[in-house]
Formats: sequence, C-alpha cells, structure tokens
Amino acid sequence: MAKQPIITVNNLVKNYGDFNAVKDISFEVYEGEIFGLLGPNGAGKTTTLEIIETLRDKTSGQIIVDGFDVDKDPDSIKKRIGVQLQAAGYYPNLNLSELIELFSGLYGINKTPMEMLAKVALTDKAKAKYKELSGGQKQRFSIATTLINDPRIIFLDEPTTGLDPQARRNLWDLIREIRDSGTTVVITTHYMDEAEILCDRVAFVDGGRIIDIDTPDNFIDKLVASGFERKKEVKLANLEDVFINLTGKEWREG
Amino acid sequence: MNQNNNYSNTKATLAIAKASFRSIVRSPSSVVFTLLFPLIFILVFGFIGGSAVSVDVGVVKGSDTQNPVYQALAKSSVVHLINDQPIDQMNSDLAKGHIDAIINIKKNHDGWTLYPPLSVAKSKPAFTVDVQYTKASAEKDNILKSVLSTIFFRMNQLTSNESPVIAELKESTVSGREYKTIDFILPGQLGFSLLSTGVFGTAFVFLSLRITLVIKRFFATPVKRYSIVLGEALARITFALIGALFIILIGHFAFDFTLIHGVSTVLQMLVLSFVGVVIFMGFGFVVSGIAKNESSVPPIANIITLPQFLLSGTFFSISVFPTWLQPVCKALPLTYLNDAMRKIAFEGASLLDVGHQLLILLIWGIIVYSAAVKLFKWE
Repeated sequence: MAKQPIITVNNLVKNYGDFNAVKDISFEVYEGEIFGLLGPNGAGKTTTLEIIETLRDKTSGQIIVDGFDVDKDPDSIKKRIGVQLQAAGYYPNLNLSELIELFSGLYGINKTPMEMLAKVALTDKAKAKYKELSGGQKQRFSIATTLINDPRIIFLDEPTTGLDPQARRNLWDLIREIRDSGTTVVITTHYMDEAEILCDRVAFVDGGRIIDIDTPDNFIDKLVASGFERKKEVKLANLEDVFINLTGKEWREG
Repeated sequence: MNQNNNYSNTKATLAIAKASFRSIVRSPSSVVFTLLFPLIFILVFGFIGGSAVSVDVGVVKGSDTQNPVYQALAKSSVVHLINDQPIDQMNSDLAKGHIDAIINIKKNHDGWTLYPPLSVAKSKPAFTVDVQYTKASAEKDNILKSVLSTIFFRMNQLTSNESPVIAELKESTVSGREYKTIDFILPGQLGFSLLSTGVFGTAFVFLSLRITLVIKRFFATPVKRYSIVLGEALARITFALIGALFIILIGHFAFDFTLIHGVSTVLQMLVLSFVGVVIFMGFGFVVSGIAKNESSVPPIANIITLPQFLLSGTFFSISVFPTWLQPVCKALPLTYLNDAMRKIAFEGASLLDVGHQLLILLIWGIIVYSAAVKLFKWE
C-alpha cells in the first residue's frame, strides 16, 4: 500500500533577523507512522515543529497539514493536531481533572476528564496538581492533553528528556499505542536508542538543513555497508539493559 | 473528525473564566490582598473608632450661639468648633486647609414670631447660616455639608410638624445619620481591594502564563486571543465583586457601615467597583507587558499602587496633605473612585450624581487601555 503523506513541507525557510534557523528544508510525514526529527540542540527542530504547529510564522516555503495550508487555514490545522511543547507548564492551582476540563473547553469538545486520564493511566491522580506529579507522569499528562480533540497528528517535543529508563519505556509503550490507534506521531529526541526502537522513519537535522531521511534500519545498514566499525567490540547487551535487568522493567510512580 | 465546524468561542471563553476563577480562589496572595488586608484595616480602624474624622470649623465672633443649629453642631462628634480666633487668622487657616470651614450664624429677628400666624404666609427663615468652605479640604466639607443638611432636615421637619397644613409626615431615611469612622474607612479599603486585585492579580497572571508557556499551549488550540483576555477578565471581575460585596456586608453587619438606600446603595457600589476594577486591570496589563520576570512585577506594580494607596484618601482624607500635593492627589484614579464610593454610600448620591468622578475614571480608562494595547505581550 502506497504511503499517504499527512504532512508535506516544501522549501521551508525561517530567518530571525540575520540568523537562518531553518534553511530550505523539505520532507514528508506519512500517515500512521512515528516520525523522528533528530539533531543537536539549535539544529532547528523545535522551530520547524512550531511552524508546522501554526505557533510561529515562517519566512517562506509551503506546508500542508492533513490537507490544509498553514497560511490559509491555521484554525483547521489547530483542530486536527495535538501539541506537546518542550517545558510548557499548565494553568496554576488546578488539578488534572480541571485542566482536562479546561482543554476540552478550549477545543470545544465534550470529554470527561476520567476518560482522558484513563488513556494515560492517571485516573488515580485526578485530584493531584500538575506540579505534584513525577517526571514520567507529567509527560503522560501532557500527552493526554494532546489527545483531547482526537487529533490526526500529535507532536511531541523531547517527551522523554530527564526521565529514568523505566519511565522512558513506559512512555514508548504509550506512544506506540497512540500510533497503533491510527494517530500519526512526530517526535524529537536526543536519544538515538529511543529513535531506533520507536521511530518508523527519522530525519537528521543539523544547521537548519535536513541531512537525510530514512528508516533507522536502513541508516544503520548503510553505515555498516560503508565499512564503519565500532571502536569497541559490540556486546550482546549494554549498560541500560543491565539497569533494566537489575531494577525491573515495571515503571514506578513517584 | 466531527464537531469541528461548530466551534464555540463563548464556550472556550467560559472554560478559561472557570479555570481562572478556580485558580484565583486557591491562590493565597489574591485572597490575602483582596479580602484579608482590607478586612484587617477595617477591623483595626473600626475598633479605634471614635472621631478619627474631625471637621474643624471656625466660628465667626459675634455669631449667634443660642440657636438649635449651633447646639446641634456643638453636640456632633464629627464637628470640632473653634471659637477663639480672630477672623483674619481664620481666613488664612481656611485657605491653607488648616481649618475646614468658617461658620457664621445670624438670628433673623423679624423672621421669628412667637405666635405663628394662622395663614401660611411665608416668613423669613429664623436663622441664616453662612458657611464658607475651602477647596483645600473639599472632602471634609462634604462631611460638614452632610451634617448640616441632616440638622436642617430635622429642624425643618420639626417646625412643619407644628403646622396643621401638612397632613402627612414625609418618611425620612436621613434622620440620625452620623458620619462614623467606618463610613470613611470602608470605601477606602474597598478601593484598595479593587486596586490590588486589579493591578497585582492581572499582572501576575498574564506574566506567569506567558513565562510558563501556558498561553503558547493555548495558542496550539483553536481558542481566540480575545477569549483568553475576556475569560481572565471575567474571572477577575467576578472575584473582585464578590470580594467587594463581602467587605460591604461585613462592614454593614459587624461595624454598622451606613448604606443609605440599602440594597440599591449596595448595587450602585458594585457598579462602581466594576468600573474601578476594569480600569485597574488595565494597569495590570501594562505591568505584565513591561515586567521581564515575576520578581520585577512587585516593584513596577507598587509604583502604580503605592501612591494611590497613600494619596487617594484610602486611610485619611486627602485634605490632610499640603496644598502643593493636592493636585497629585486629584490626578489619581483611586481618589475619584473613593470619592464616588463615599458619596454613594453615605450621602446617598446616585451614579448620575457622581458623573464627574465617573468621567475622570473613564478618561483614565482610555489612557490606560491605550497604553496596555501597545505594551501587552503575548510571548
């Protein structure tokens, strides 16, 4: 079956004064995949995401999201996407149910808080404040707020940064479930093991340009075929496998 | 992919208003500034009681002192009569605001008849009371005016009682009106409450929503900008008015705060509170735009609130300030809000009667919101 592009970015350019943050990039995200944007800090990942999310103006280029042009119909795009921002907070002094209620109102959709919290296994925290949650719970809650409007695509900006290995695995499972239920996921991360396990395709971004796009497997095969060898002999496990093996895979709250 | 076509801005606005109201009620600082501080001040001043407010009135030498008007003034706890000064000294004190008024009562000999004629022929009034007020202490003069009109009302009522022509007594709500400390303090504290919740509350909320990227996250939803501002404003105004009502009711029932026309006075005070908090919120928008981070909010907000707190007749009448400071006092919006509030609460003025004060508040509103539109930042 031919892959249908749900996001098409053509010749995107973003300048901040003299600084060229994004230099003429083009790529497509296919419907139903987990697409990873990888690259060092300052590469232009977040800027690119925020332009697609209609949160930032672009300098030039064309972007189509689920059939809508960001220039002509940003409101239709906003209704079809879910956005998790890097380091965003939530309205102060409200508990999780009340926050879900607020977002339901913002999207103009009737969702019960429990229904949304159940999707991310946070029903027992319904009366807790956001700031009282652990790092993993915070990220899961953020993802719950992106799902309120039954979006076609969700954008996750570094969702696993700062999480322990168990919480990271827990979030991977959640993200896969979301993909399997038919929602396209665009994610940025600094962890290559994560991208390798989670992403169907990845794009490497550096200095405002896309260097290459392919599946993680193909990238690795190409590199190996070019004669690359690790300096250290590859063992059958790494230290993170040891960590998970010793401390257990189940995720702890708190 | 469904309800996308009937998105409701009203629903989004109300969702924000509800969230914001919950947040305000749970935030200790807003409750402390809007309710606790004003109530503490009311409590303190309510118990100090006595005549914290005193109107100094010079009595011209040779003035008749054997008349009911003078007697009533002498008995008043608010009016302090000064008898022993030469007229030149009094005139100069009056101009400086050291005394608040000069009074001269003359007996009209031919106007008083021991046996009133049976006909209703108009006779000259029994006394002429000549009062000189001063612009230097206009506020206290209003008190004096009010005291005098109460006395006159009672006296005229007494005299007309004796006349058989009038068949029915007019019902009077003014009788027994006494200007108490609470009548001065409460409107001032109400103004203070509205000022702090308007300026500090609004400034903090919009700055923190901006810094913590809550607003940015909102922008990723279909919500309109005006919904965000309107929702926040709705919540804050509701909170401020509930606070105002609370202060008025506690003042009335616990400290006998005068509400001349009862419920109607309360409603007019609430309308005035609404006008006040909307204007003060404008200052809040300006502060949130200027401030770089949360710790720079209090200094900037204090530049706006402190002078008004001190110079707008919150704790004491602006007449206690030297003449050169009076123009500053008379430029501040809170001065007019306090003034209008006292007129409505104690003198029984209507909103139309305080049109002058409302006009100046309106001009302030225009200035502040023009600045807010220029300085407010979303990101």
